Amino acid sequence: MNTGDLVVSDNPDWDSGSAELGHMLKPGQLDLSHKVVLYLEDITVSFDGFRALNKLSLAIDAGELRCIIGPNGAGKTTMMDVITGKTRPDEGTAFFGQTLDLTRLSEPEIAHAGIGRKFQKPTIFENHTVFENLELAMKTDKRVWRSLMAMLDSAASDRIAETLQTIRLGAHAKRLAGLLSHGQKQWLEIGMLLMQEPRLLLLDEPVAGMTDEETERTGELFLSLAGQHSLVVVEHDMAFVKQLGGKVTVLHEGSVLAEGALDEVQADARVIEVYLGR
Amino acid sequence: MSSSPARTPFIVRLGRSFDARSWLLVGLFAVFALIVVPVLHLLLPPESPLHLSTYFITLTGKILCYAIVAVAMDLIWGYGGILSLGHGLFFALGGYTFGMYLMREIGRDGSYQSDLPDFMVFLDWQEVPWFWTGSEHFVWAVLLVLIVPALIAFVFGFFAFRSRIKGVYFSIITQALTYAAMLLFFRNETGFGGNNGFTDFKRILGYSITAPETRVVLFGLSALALIGTLLLARFLVTSKFGRILTAIRDSESRVMFIGYNPLWYKLFVWTLSAMLCAIAGALYVPQVGIINPSEMAVANSIEIAIWVAVGGRGTLIGAVIGAFIVNLAKSWFTVSFPEYWLFFLGALFIVSTLWLPQGVVGLFLRLRSRSRQATRPATSPAPRAPQPTPVEPRPAPPPAAKGARA
Repeated sequence: MNTGDLVVSDNPDWDSGSAELGHMLKPGQLDLSHKVVLYLEDITVSFDGFRALNKLSLAIDAGELRCIIGPNGAGKTTMMDVITGKTRPDEGTAFFGQTLDLTRLSEPEIAHAGIGRKFQKPTIFENHTVFENLELAMKTDKRVWRSLMAMLDSAASDRIAETLQTIRLGAHAKRLAGLLSHGQKQWLEIGMLLMQEPRLLLLDEPVAGMTDEETERTGELFLSLAGQHSLVVVEHDMAFVKQLGGKVTVLHEGSVLAEGALDEVQADARVIEVYLGR
Repeated sequence: MSSSPARTPFIVRLGRSFDARSWLLVGLFAVFALIVVPVLHLLLPPESPLHLSTYFITLTGKILCYAIVAVAMDLIWGYGGILSLGHGLFFALGGYTFGMYLMREIGRDGSYQSDLPDFMVFLDWQEVPWFWTGSEHFVWAVLLVLIVPALIAFVFGFFAFRSRIKGVYFSIITQALTYAAMLLFFRNETGFGGNNGFTDFKRILGYSITAPETRVVLFGLSALALIGTLLLARFLVTSKFGRILTAIRDSESRVMFIGYNPLWYKLFVWTLSAMLCAIAGALYVPQVGIINPSEMAVANSIEIAIWVAVGGRGTLIGAVIGAFIVNLAKSWFTVSFPEYWLFFLGALFIVSTLWLPQGVVGLFLRLRSRSRQATRPATSPAPRAPQPTPVEPRPAPPPAAKGARA
């Protein structure tokens, strides 16, 4: 999708005849006309009185690579649950682009709209081969009938081969995913995300359990993805965050504590207090 | 999708889901069921040692129907991870809907010489209830067999899967549904013959239902239905749909986050499974000659799960093998030691769960890979885990798959 085409009329009742002024979005299409891919505003989620998210507000620009850090229980995973439709917020709004209200869409609909998620613990299909894992994740019509009649064409095979190369699992394509090492599983899950061709990637501790070399390669991959995609990376590994270099958001007790470049954030007295204890 | 592979006619793709060896086996089975059995039953005199008795035909025909049910169960349990304890309901519904036609075919040959089925005369009904309308037509009966259980399965499944009811909870509500249906069918007012159900059938399409020729035809149809079921099931599990189905079994949330809605996938395979059961039930009733609410008993539905567990979940042929093993054992046990049958069945389930998590087929594969390893030349160091051979079926679900602990 070419973001340059996207101009949206402020008036929804605008006569569609004047196409130069406003343009029509197809239902479900992502609208990045304001260069913002994700808006979270005043999101509150409570579990039995515990506020996992407390009036959290966050905006991610199109093409941005954002790191989210914060101590345990800061609400990082809950935030991802809200964005992907797993958890419904008690209050607040969550928009994907200008038009897609994430609080009203189901998990598959959100995935289809273009948000991909990598879990903290690698979740792949262990009884499927590496190839099949990528095949299932591939962006395509995911309705039942299509899946029944689907046959792998050469373009799709090429795409899978390409991704296999990117995630360096080409030699393991026919192996069951459950037999891979932890780091390889992480890469496979990242590969599945790539196959989905999402506009926004949510990555929950993507380098946990990776060797230093693997971590560095992952960082390079993410940097190459930024620009075309927007990435939100939750990570504890500060060296990795530093490598990624983007804006950093610190979460604490369910809301944003600080935001800015890593150096600034690390110098912030409140952040130091939260991390080191008072 | 590029157009060229998608244009391959469906029937060709269906045929390709069996490899050459499977087709050979299917062909041998078809020759046996459609030629050898009729010849040995109809043409050989009863004194001949090769003569196949009516008992053999009825028993085997019955087990062929059970094997269809087992494959249907394997589709949703072995591949979909959904343990249904209500498949007896769909089997019985298929039997009842077709039984309505068989009851009407009796005509005036019943005990009361009435146009109405005997049980209606007994209840002093003057005309058939509205839902019996058209049941005298064979085609309508066949349509009902296909539609009614499918509709019930669809509606029930839609609400259950939409509410994300899974695992043991799903098993329990399917069992409750079946039990409720049994109680309903036990009532005379329901209009299906109460606790006696339907029996005393005389004809099917005008042919005597007890004639050897009719039996042979029903037997052949059951065999063909089993082949068709296996072919369809094989196509499903080797298609992308099948891979998504097993993915849902193993990690449903992952499937949702890559954009598939598991609801429709589960609902499709669930409804299809119910339809296959109904077809089996409709073939079963004319061969056995009776259908009554005890087919919906809780134990019957559990037994279906045991067939699949014994044969090997997640392998289609395992379901067929399991249905044959358990039912042949049953017909022998219930004659020789009738009081011990349920103990044996329970023991079989425990043994297969503890020591044969992948059933008889899993045991066979394990023994074969072990013997291959033993025969390997000593010069090359044998790898610890033999690489899976191409003919090996998909790995069966892990023993801890959802519902398996039920």
